[in-house]
Amino acid sequence: MNNPEHLKYSKSHEWVEFLDETTARVGITDFAQNSLGGLVFVNLPEEEDDITAGESLGDVESVKAVSDIISPISGKVAKINEDLLDEPEKINEDPYGAWFVEVSEISEIDELLDAKEYEAFCKEEE
Amino acid sequence: MKLLFEKSVPGRRCTMLPECDVPVVTPSEHHTRNIELRLPELAETDIARHYSALERRAHGVNNGFYPLGSCTMKYNPRINEAVASLPGFSQIHPLQPDNTAQGSLEVMYLANQYLGELTGMDEMSFQPAAGAHGELTCIMLFKRYHEAMGHTERKKIIIPDSAHGTNPATAVMCGMKVINIPSGEDGCVDLDKLRSVVGEDTAGLMLTNPNTLGIFEKDILEITKIVHDAGGLVFYDGANLNPIMGVIRPGDMGFDCVHLNLHKTFSTPHGGGGPGSGAIGCKKFLTPYLPKPRIKEKDGIYSRDFHGPQSIGKVKSFYGNFLITLRALTYVVTLGREGITQSAKNAVLNANYMMKRLGECYEIINKGICMHEFVITMEKEAKEYGVTAMDIAKALIDRGIHPPTMYFPLIVQEALMVEPTETEGKETLDEAADILIEIYKKGIAHPEEIHGLPKTTPIGRPDELKAARHPILRYVRE
Amino acid sequence: MGDYLPSTKEQQQEMLEAIGLKSLEDLYAYIPKDLILKDGPNIPDGKSEIEVRRMMTEMASKNKVFSSIFRGAGAYHHYIPAEVSAVVSKETFVTSYTPYQPEMSQGILQSIFEYQTMICELTGMDVSNASVYDGANAAAEAVAMCKDRKRTKTLVSGASNPDVIDAIKTYCWAADTEMEMIPVKDGVTDLDVLKEKMDSSVASVYIAYPNYFGILEDAQKIGEIAHEGGAKYIMGVNPIASAIIKTAGECGADIAVGEGQPLGMGMGYGGPYLGFMASTTAMLRKLPGRIAGETTDDEGRRAFVLTLQAREQHIRREKASSNVCSNQALCAMTAAVYMATMGPEGMKQVATQSTSKAHYLASKLDKIGFKRVHQGEFFHEFVTSCPGDCQEILRYLEDHGVLGGLPVEEGILWCTTEMNTKADMDHLVALIGEVCQS
Repeated sequence: MNNPEHLKYSKSHEWVEFLDETTARVGITDFAQNSLGGLVFVNLPEEEDDITAGESLGDVESVKAVSDIISPISGKVAKINEDLLDEPEKINEDPYGAWFVEVSEISEIDELLDAKEYEAFCKEEE
Repeated sequence: MKLLFEKSVPGRRCTMLPECDVPVVTPSEHHTRNIELRLPELAETDIARHYSALERRAHGVNNGFYPLGSCTMKYNPRINEAVASLPGFSQIHPLQPDNTAQGSLEVMYLANQYLGELTGMDEMSFQPAAGAHGELTCIMLFKRYHEAMGHTERKKIIIPDSAHGTNPATAVMCGMKVINIPSGEDGCVDLDKLRSVVGEDTAGLMLTNPNTLGIFEKDILEITKIVHDAGGLVFYDGANLNPIMGVIRPGDMGFDCVHLNLHKTFSTPHGGGGPGSGAIGCKKFLTPYLPKPRIKEKDGIYSRDFHGPQSIGKVKSFYGNFLITLRALTYVVTLGREGITQSAKNAVLNANYMMKRLGECYEIINKGICMHEFVITMEKEAKEYGVTAMDIAKALIDRGIHPPTMYFPLIVQEALMVEPTETEGKETLDEAADILIEIYKKGIAHPEEIHGLPKTTPIGRPDELKAARHPILRYVRE
Repeated sequence: MGDYLPSTKEQQQEMLEAIGLKSLEDLYAYIPKDLILKDGPNIPDGKSEIEVRRMMTEMASKNKVFSSIFRGAGAYHHYIPAEVSAVVSKETFVTSYTPYQPEMSQGILQSIFEYQTMICELTGMDVSNASVYDGANAAAEAVAMCKDRKRTKTLVSGASNPDVIDAIKTYCWAADTEMEMIPVKDGVTDLDVLKEKMDSSVASVYIAYPNYFGILEDAQKIGEIAHEGGAKYIMGVNPIASAIIKTAGECGADIAVGEGQPLGMGMGYGGPYLGFMASTTAMLRKLPGRIAGETTDDEGRRAFVLTLQAREQHIRREKASSNVCSNQALCAMTAAVYMATMGPEGMKQVATQSTSKAHYLASKLDKIGFKRVHQGEFFHEFVTSCPGDCQEILRYLEDHGVLGGLPVEEGILWCTTEMNTKADMDHLVALIGEVCQS
């Protein structure tokens, strides 16, 4: 597994890339996409929506399952990655490139792991 | 196989209509359709052969054993179809005056009486068109009742985690919040859990009994009491009525309303996914809220009663899938008191016999006697040999047997849910059991051989990922 | 007594022994005794097939089968080609379940795919589902599709079928969302009121085209009003009329729904019928119920499957936007066989004859004082005044084997189809003349 060093990770398998102190991008990890299997659709929030740490910000669908994406941070949705709506396979192909939302005005951050800690956490999960 | 559209030849047609015998009128330009109507152009031979070919690529109860759990794929008697095609039923306009539709009204009146008796309910409505629709109508009755009592704060519906997905989806459509409760170790409702979630905000409980594991909730009287004591109501999901019809009644277990799947328990055909009927029944205190119209009888004259200030209104046009109600009535009349009860008992017998035979190698979730169905888990085999519930299911297809329900209930890993029904004889059960055991043994010995099945069908395993990622949902002419 | 149990008493006993029990009653031994009906249910004894057939035939004879029908209002008397009845009585189609196992259900799945394509072609929309229960239910589901977090209210034209209005009302009440009626003015939706009511809370506008009174509304204009107000536009359409009048797609609808019964289904005292639903691609993910899609199998052969299932209740559970599970598969197949048999030309003929006959009848009725009460252009239904005693006239017609129009507030709602011959219409007018003179 190759989890980039510059990202932070949640125990519910999302990654966070801080662009600056109050802005970040969120996606799902390689471990997550791998266990979910081929993804077919993603439900994203709308721009300007408020999202809350620990709560669902959207969901991803595989052929026969749907899984919530739990937001690791609280803030406002500044942008959504519309490419994923047309090409959900990008999440499987390049999980760390396929960001879901860009969050600004971050007010709260859940406890996050670094790459090494996350890798260890995933080993336990398996 | 080619689509009807690909068989189309410009100018080809069937002749149905005579020349128009009055002056021809066409819509004004503003209202005229300006896009081409691209329907297939075919001769009757083309259509006849097309659908015969499609029929060969399908599987119904009359083609072979169909032990699809939770779906009660029993035999669909021909007499039901014969009765439904009588012109005196099939050619009646739903808005005919009551004096010209006494036969239809009598059908609904009798169906109301008999199904009311079988469920222990005071009045039925046949308006809901399918099981999920019946559930919805029942939860609407709950909502209306609580509103009438001034308890608008009762907005929570309790649902066991073994329930069908329609239950929680239904509750949400009625503006309710879903409280899922985990099942106990025996697969039944955990009474302590139930006690801990009921309260002043409880609208009701949705429950099927026997549950989706095929286990009868023997604490049912205590369950319904807990909910009633908290001021809630209890809904009976009739998906699994078959093993108890004529033996035990939901009304006697403390349920306040029920929905029935006439296309399961009462032998009306499934038609490839519908039309069904989700008839509902309720106790007297809920009858003012039933959908309109209700059927009334006075001095042998039947009528539709549209008066009902407290009614939830309508959930569908007219009076539901009338010809399905008619088939169900025909079935009940044919079987009668003794036949209904015998059918239920034989459904249970067949399930237990098959469970016993399969217990020889399969791991079965049910301990002791099951009701109409039982659940196999392939969890161990999936881990140790890579042989999954899906592999067993697909291997059965090559042997002419429709697979059991796969991956349900969700609380069992690698589940296969088997419901033989009472209309299968011992030979069929033995043969199916032999095949299932043989597949199991072969699969364990040579897992690689089972993964690529089925091989005898017109197609192999389809690419569902591709279908969902980039959906093609209609034919587009090139 | 009839039953459908193949196992003999001896075989039942063998099976009981195999599971270590003595009697069938032992199967219920662990269930509280009090719950078990001691004497069985209180329903009559079973009957032989001959007795059942006699009983049911006698009941059927208490219904009156009219030879001449001028009533529609949601259920229409069209010709059903012999081919249609033959195909949909094929036992495999009748006795199969939902196509959960695609390898052994290609026939059902392909028929749904073909149905979906035909509905799209008929309505001018992009995508269709595999059907829902009926036209009223389709309308109620369409209204639910349009809700979002910001907009929840729906505006419904008062010129819609009363059952459709009632079903939408019930569903909206259940979901705690608002529904408002747009009043009728001269038989059509009052556009001034519609414009006034458009605000940022309106999620959808529903109208029928042709409407309940048979009139062709300015459907395009209503679509523009809905869209200018930021709402979605739902059109209830008659599938026969759609063959020759503007499609929902041409009128700018986001969703087209309707009652599919005219497409080869008998009147059957109200069901089973067919609710069709088609939408723009943009709304596809919100379409409820089953949808068939095309893909390939492991050897690259064309294959059909139920797809986009993660929208549905069996996966999404409480997060699903609809609980729909069963569709009306056999009715959808009926519609597809009907449309294939009629073909584009046949469909247009049915539509043209239906409207032509309505215009003929309207002019004949006009001559005996039954005047149209609305101005607008109509399709195959229209409302006239009733200068005589309405109930008496209709009873007289009944006695002569004719089902007259439906009494409505403003008079009588008449309907014609290709089934009404010129001679039948002349006869109808003559009968009315007789009763009015007497």
